[in-house]
Amino acid sequence: MFIKLLLTIVFAGIANSAFATLNIQHWQAPSGAQVYFVENHDLPMLDIAVDFAAGSAFDDAAKPGVAELTNGLLDSGVEGLSEDDIGRKLADIGAQKGQHVDTDRSGLSLRTLSSSVERDTALDILARIIQHPLFPEEILSREKARTISALKEAETKPESIASKAFSKAVFGSHPYGASLEVADVEKIQRVDLLNFYNSHFNAKNAVVALMGDVTRSQAEGIAQQLTGSLPLDGASNRIAPVNLQIQASEQRISHPATQSHILIGTPGIARNDPDYFPLYVGNYILGGGGFVSRLMNEIREKRGMAYSVYSYFMPMQQPGAFQIGLQTKKEQSDEALKLARATLQEFVDKGVTEKELKAAKDNIIGGFPLRIDSNKKIVEYLSVIGFYELPLTYLDDFVSKVEKVTTAQIHDAFKRRIHPEAMATVIVGVQEEKAEDKK
Amino acid sequence: MRMRMLNKFCWLLLLASFTVQADVFEKTLSNGLKVIVKEDHRAPVLVQQVWYRAGSIDERTGKTGVAHVLEHMMFKGTKTVPAGEFSKRIAAAGGRENAFTNTDYTAYFQQLHKSKLSLAMQLESDRMQNLQLSPAEFKKEIKVIMEERRMRTDDEPHSLMEEKLMAAAYQEHPYQHPVIGWMNDLEAMTAMDAQEWYKTWYAPNNAVLVIAGDVQAKEVFALAQRYYGKIPAHKLPVRRNYTEPAQEGIKRITLKAPAQLPYLIMSYHAPTLRDAEKDSVPYALEVLAGVLDGNETARLNKSLVREQQIASEAGAGYDSTARGPGMFTLEGTPSEGKTVVELEAALREQISKLVHDGVNAEELQRVKAQVTANEVYKRDSVFYQAMQIGQMESIGLGYEAIPAMLKKIQEVTAQQVQEAAREILTDDHLIVAVLDPQPLANKPKHAAGAFHVH
Repeated sequence: MFIKLLLTIVFAGIANSAFATLNIQHWQAPSGAQVYFVENHDLPMLDIAVDFAAGSAFDDAAKPGVAELTNGLLDSGVEGLSEDDIGRKLADIGAQKGQHVDTDRSGLSLRTLSSSVERDTALDILARIIQHPLFPEEILSREKARTISALKEAETKPESIASKAFSKAVFGSHPYGASLEVADVEKIQRVDLLNFYNSHFNAKNAVVALMGDVTRSQAEGIAQQLTGSLPLDGASNRIAPVNLQIQASEQRISHPATQSHILIGTPGIARNDPDYFPLYVGNYILGGGGFVSRLMNEIREKRGMAYSVYSYFMPMQQPGAFQIGLQTKKEQSDEALKLARATLQEFVDKGVTEKELKAAKDNIIGGFPLRIDSNKKIVEYLSVIGFYELPLTYLDDFVSKVEKVTTAQIHDAFKRRIHPEAMATVIVGVQEEKAEDKK
Repeated sequence: MRMRMLNKFCWLLLLASFTVQADVFEKTLSNGLKVIVKEDHRAPVLVQQVWYRAGSIDERTGKTGVAHVLEHMMFKGTKTVPAGEFSKRIAAAGGRENAFTNTDYTAYFQQLHKSKLSLAMQLESDRMQNLQLSPAEFKKEIKVIMEERRMRTDDEPHSLMEEKLMAAAYQEHPYQHPVIGWMNDLEAMTAMDAQEWYKTWYAPNNAVLVIAGDVQAKEVFALAQRYYGKIPAHKLPVRRNYTEPAQEGIKRITLKAPAQLPYLIMSYHAPTLRDAEKDSVPYALEVLAGVLDGNETARLNKSLVREQQIASEAGAGYDSTARGPGMFTLEGTPSEGKTVVELEAALREQISKLVHDGVNAEELQRVKAQVTANEVYKRDSVFYQAMQIGQMESIGLGYEAIPAMLKKIQEVTAQQVQEAAREILTDDHLIVAVLDPQPLANKPKHAAGAFHVH
């Protein structure tokens, strides 16, 4: 889920007039679902993604884990088709199904050949999974057991421990900070899944994205086929606001690993934030730009202290995290932490140079064509544009918005939004004598 | 960067885009550099990849990891392009770049707008011949690599287990050494070791240049001649072909590491493709891996995870393409309350069913249908199309073998699969590795009360 989100950001970009732009068609299906479509017949295949405002942030605070299990069990059986039938029939035609859930979105994706036998079979199954899941009791208990196993395993992994503590420290009791415990999973009942499904999987909450080898009229039929039996309306698709100001905190958690996993951060930005572009371009310079960022330069290139060091904003419906992360051997974790903090402090205090800004723009703008060079990337964009209600011209405008960003805007936006003196820090894997669980 | 060695079911997927090779063109320059162009005009982008036929298989005891170390050093400057400049210039051109080292090869790539091929070739051809290995840069970079090793292997129990399994499985073959190298060898390594590796293996006659994307083959060949054509060839060392002594009996290893759940790997020594036209067992094993783990209703997930619920996850993998020998691998995590002993018995029961009852026509057809569909899907990625070519060239089969391989896969019979299972999946070829989990002494605290405000 984490990876998925990062990709969304990495590919969040777009079109210069110099490059061909996408012809995105948009309409509302009779069902009420929003549909986004790019017609392309280069390859005999079709990619589809259907997303609902039904991510983990929509869980009842007393019942975490329901959103995730609901998504996971969509394909566990429908009237007339068992879990095994569904998997077999899709495999028989070489179709690929994906299911994904993050804090905001719960979705399914499908890749199929566009020839009619394959396409019709795959769409029939997808339509039934989305609209008529049965959530069989015995499969729920099996999947609960597997989820519990995975949770217990995660409890021993430094990266999982760090990420869980980080979310809690940054988001507190907001749903973005919620974490799943074994006891939560144990008490989930089938009726919880049914209730969650019935209130959140409705047409108004649905976005259908299609990319590939079908015509407009076929696409219209498909979108309706996938959502026509859903109830029109249900629970709200809004998530509670995030408290943007947090207090400084630092947690040191012991772990036998050879490296410390360090995370530093704070609530960042929402998808539709007016500061989105200055922060996006600025972050490229700070820690988003692969081998050429300041964090990479200070910690890896100059001193050889880490293999991986980065920073990112995760723009969600509400402000997602701004995060700096690195792993380094325990003996030098204090030094690395100091360096990361100093790099951020200087960045916020002094901003970026014109030369750095030009390099960032050159990469982001020059690399635009790579962001939309495959059906897979395009269908993902369609989902994001639809789900977050971005303008249809989002891709066309992206390059000009990046071009317009100034050093002053970056400085101003970081100063207002990122407060190095009030960040959450988590260090997992500290040397034993330094381990502390401060009360 | 480096790629994982236990790729699940990887070759069938890799095969993908190659039913039609009409858009593939090749030319070998007089210095021995083979240039292969895959035209794909869907988007105005291209990828350049240079593949060197030098991987950890070519390393010697005491110098393990040097192939990968050199890969890192290739970003550290030449006579005319200072350290860090390569990445800066590619970034300024809007590009993405990286490199990866595997047992069999080392490869470098850049993805760019189609107008940037000259820049990419200029930079890549420069570091093919003019690398400056500075001891100061080496001293920093070797630390980065040690951090990489800690992150990928030392602190990852499953990776550590794979590393130990390979070390125990091979008595003589260099596959016993991890691609990233033993920590002790990294500590002892010098800039001179990297220099020697560079001098030995980095030559046009030991490389394949693959360009894929919105390009014209003729223009690519002309540019390749201009940038790479003058690099002198040099004599390559004679390569040893190791024949791993037969194992002759089961091996077992156990690893203790911080974890909650045990984990089991069963690996069987298996052949890899040597002759794409004449071999048959490797194709049968590819199909067998698909029958066991090619989709969510394949045998292992259906039987062990869904029905018996003895495993929370189970899989199988086999890669028929490699310079050296192969492994057919089964692996799994027992469900809570189940043991690795019970899981091993359940996996053995699956093998026994294969050997006695074979596979049915439906299962066989399902695997083949997936291969056919994947051929289409893979055409969605220019990068992977180039990757297939580079990999096939690097291991010595050549990209021309791909249509034959695809045809042979479609011809595999149920009987061949059963015979391959009977021949390969026997205890004499087997090594079993078990993770003995060591729960953390103190459960980490996550309570809000654990905050320290400063």
